[in-house]
Amino acid sequence: MTTTETPASPASAGHGEVNYLNHEYGIKSWLLTLDHKRIGILYLITTTMFFALGGLFAGLIRLELMTPEGDLFQADTYNKLFTMHGVAMIFFFLIPSVPAVLGNFVLPLMIGAKDVAFPRLNLLSWYCYITGGTLASFAIVAGGVDTGWTFYTPYSSTYSTGFVSVALMGVFINGFSSILTGVNFLTTVHKMRAPGMTWFRLPLFIWAHYATSLMMILGTPVVAITLLLVALENMFGLGIFNPELGGDPILMQHLFWFYSHPAVYIMIVPGFGVISEVIACFSRKAIFGYSFVAFSSLAIALLGFLVWGHHMFTTGQSIYAGMVFSFITFFIAVPTAVKIFNWTATMYRGSIDLKSPLMYALGFIGLFLIGGLTGTFLSTLAMDIHLHDTYFVVSHFHYVMVGGMVMAYLSGLHFWWPKMMGRMYNEAWAMTGAVLIFLGFNLTFFPQFVLGYLGMPRRYHVYPEEFQILHVASTGGATVLGLGYMVLFVCLVWSLFKGAKAGPNPWTAKGLEWEIESPPTPHNFHETPIVTSEPYAYEEEDVLLADKGSH
Amino acid sequence: MSKTASHHPALQHYFDDLKQQHGAATMGMWAFLAQEIMFFGGLFAGYTVYRYKYFNAFVEGSNLLPIAWGGLNTVILIASSFTVAMAVRCAQQGLHRSVFNWFMATMVLGLGFLGVKAIEYSHKYHDHLIPGLNFQWDGPMAGPMKIFFSFYFVMTGMHALHMIIGVGLMLWLIPKIRAEKFGPQYYSPIENFGLYWHFVDIVWIFLFPLLYLIGRHL
Amino acid sequence: MSAHAPDHSHQGEHGQHEPHIVPMRVYFSVISCLFIFTAITVAVGFLELGPLNTPVALAIAIFKASLVVLFFMHVRYNTPLMWVFAGSGFFWLLILFALTMQDYVSRGWDDQGIPFLIQ
Repeated sequence: MTTTETPASPASAGHGEVNYLNHEYGIKSWLLTLDHKRIGILYLITTTMFFALGGLFAGLIRLELMTPEGDLFQADTYNKLFTMHGVAMIFFFLIPSVPAVLGNFVLPLMIGAKDVAFPRLNLLSWYCYITGGTLASFAIVAGGVDTGWTFYTPYSSTYSTGFVSVALMGVFINGFSSILTGVNFLTTVHKMRAPGMTWFRLPLFIWAHYATSLMMILGTPVVAITLLLVALENMFGLGIFNPELGGDPILMQHLFWFYSHPAVYIMIVPGFGVISEVIACFSRKAIFGYSFVAFSSLAIALLGFLVWGHHMFTTGQSIYAGMVFSFITFFIAVPTAVKIFNWTATMYRGSIDLKSPLMYALGFIGLFLIGGLTGTFLSTLAMDIHLHDTYFVVSHFHYVMVGGMVMAYLSGLHFWWPKMMGRMYNEAWAMTGAVLIFLGFNLTFFPQFVLGYLGMPRRYHVYPEEFQILHVASTGGATVLGLGYMVLFVCLVWSLFKGAKAGPNPWTAKGLEWEIESPPTPHNFHETPIVTSEPYAYEEEDVLLADKGSH
Repeated sequence: MSKTASHHPALQHYFDDLKQQHGAATMGMWAFLAQEIMFFGGLFAGYTVYRYKYFNAFVEGSNLLPIAWGGLNTVILIASSFTVAMAVRCAQQGLHRSVFNWFMATMVLGLGFLGVKAIEYSHKYHDHLIPGLNFQWDGPMAGPMKIFFSFYFVMTGMHALHMIIGVGLMLWLIPKIRAEKFGPQYYSPIENFGLYWHFVDIVWIFLFPLLYLIGRHL
Repeated sequence: MSAHAPDHSHQGEHGQHEPHIVPMRVYFSVISCLFIFTAITVAVGFLELGPLNTPVALAIAIFKASLVVLFFMHVRYNTPLMWVFAGSGFFWLLILFALTMQDYVSRGWDDQGIPFLIQ
């Protein structure tokens, strides 16, 4: 790229400041950009679109479930709705959002790099995402997919309805976006760190993304080949998953969950990284037990690959295999608990500043704790026989995915928004959004635990009348939740036009990304930074400030 | 940014020096290859399950594959791995002409492999052994036989697709080799192509005994 | 073959990449080994080894693949980190195989009785 680069010296700061947003204009400068920051923004826009699409489907599902009868949609339509809700949310929002939006934007800044290691692959990953998303959207418009987001055979093979293959190809191509992001981050962390940025000076956000990249690289290809096999089975009748020919549909589930269970951690572990940053900053303290938190991410990355069979306790998997998977699953709770304990220990006796990012982070800790603990119920073999495929499971993973991951994403978005856009949002409105989302979320999903325990199965659009009160509560909660997202959206968009200038470091946070302008210049750093201090050195500085203030 | 070192034309602005750039390129490629291992690994896992379940059908199917063609392809592919290793070695020494020659040899061997594969596929077509196209098996174990041939075609087909991509990469690299863009200071694209090609070779090293040599003694 | 590589004047300058050039005889030994073991694997395929046929075929394949990885792909001459990168894919593959197969191997146990717990 040979743009005539004006050396933006910090001294000439004023109205004519050059940053990554204004140094080039025009649609082409965005669609062909190799700048990790602009690619992050592209992902921000597109993942938000898929979030809105998935949210729309969720709204329609909740609307149908207001009444026990199936009066709004037919059974087929309902099947398509929950499938497309899952596909849009999981493959096109949850998996890419934190790594591809926040990770892309701040990961190179945090380690003092000018860009990621492979900017072209980074752009290619966005195009994979867009192509996959377009194919999946086409499948939705052309007639929908009704297999559930898991694409289980034989729903997706023997009994498939036409557009399954298109959706499968969409998810397949989207997988490469994830793989390329993983390859990029892994190499960037290894090779692009600034002088002095040793492994144990890395922010925990980086450790989390490192672990996530490992899972993306080693897991995603397995689901890619699995979905390809299902598509081939669908088109050519290979028989690999067809019991009539001696094939085994359970094999598809094994291969699918080999990726898709770690995928849960691909979604949540980057969120853990965000929470570590936010908790440290707004408690003005170094993270308690830094190396434990760092290594627990890696432990989750490894253990996450050993437990997938707990999705298959009732499917015909051997009971002995089930026992092994159940046993290993409990171990996942250990590194996860290490994180939760260390975050709360970090906050203990910190000088807490309750701003909106911390509000979301606190919401995260509470909701994720419920999600994680109900996970241990489900990993108990006998208990799962009762709860499998009920609303208990639905509620459990929404507590992890929405209560955990989405809250962490929003926390990070609020935290780095001033850095990304150079503007502050209105704190009161942001708080209102956070509170509405927290309340709405609990009202939506807590009743579903009760429903599931009482025996309401998932994926049905009619149900016995005695469940109606809980379903109505849930739909009411979804309304509040949707309202919360609206408030948040308006608040953030408003800030783009009317927000006050943020300045380089509105939170007086630690980290290389806060030492440069907001928004950053196209090449991030005027000169390569040299790191001399430990991460999260909040206490030292605050002691200094206090000393100055007292004299 | 303000490096005094001589500025190599291939050095990207976001790297400090060529050493860092080369290290990143190699590491990225290995990460990508780890991904490839798992991609083929999913197929091998499925293969293992059915080989365990339907060993007899797999023996019978394997005996229908011609060892001569498979063995010839193994030899071709190993030879091409050697030629590409030589190409990388010459690139490291800046021997532009030799890099080109070794690349052409690799290309010829790669196309030879694909030619043999095409002959084998056409034989399978005549024998009505292609699932989804014209599979017919009247003997016992028709279902498991079909599964064996499904794996045969998906695995070798996916391998052949990687070969075709490799040939495409060579076509993309050859003009750059002619323009003498690579030398001791900068040869990552050649080296990474070599890594890719060796990986494809390794997949075949496993595919050959697992598909062609099951229960030959029975 | 044309003349020798031009002598580069990069003495003492840091940040230059120094390629590690593997001697020709290593490449020739490796390829000879690969050819020989291809012949061996075909020959062994026709021998009656009882349950050992598959393990032997796999062992030969693993040996051949290791030669390619170590010498042609230069892992032998690389940093320990590269060994980890090269090994991780195979390690994860092992996880996939082991935990998938434990299901299929133990599926029949309910009917036949667990092999190690004769009822």
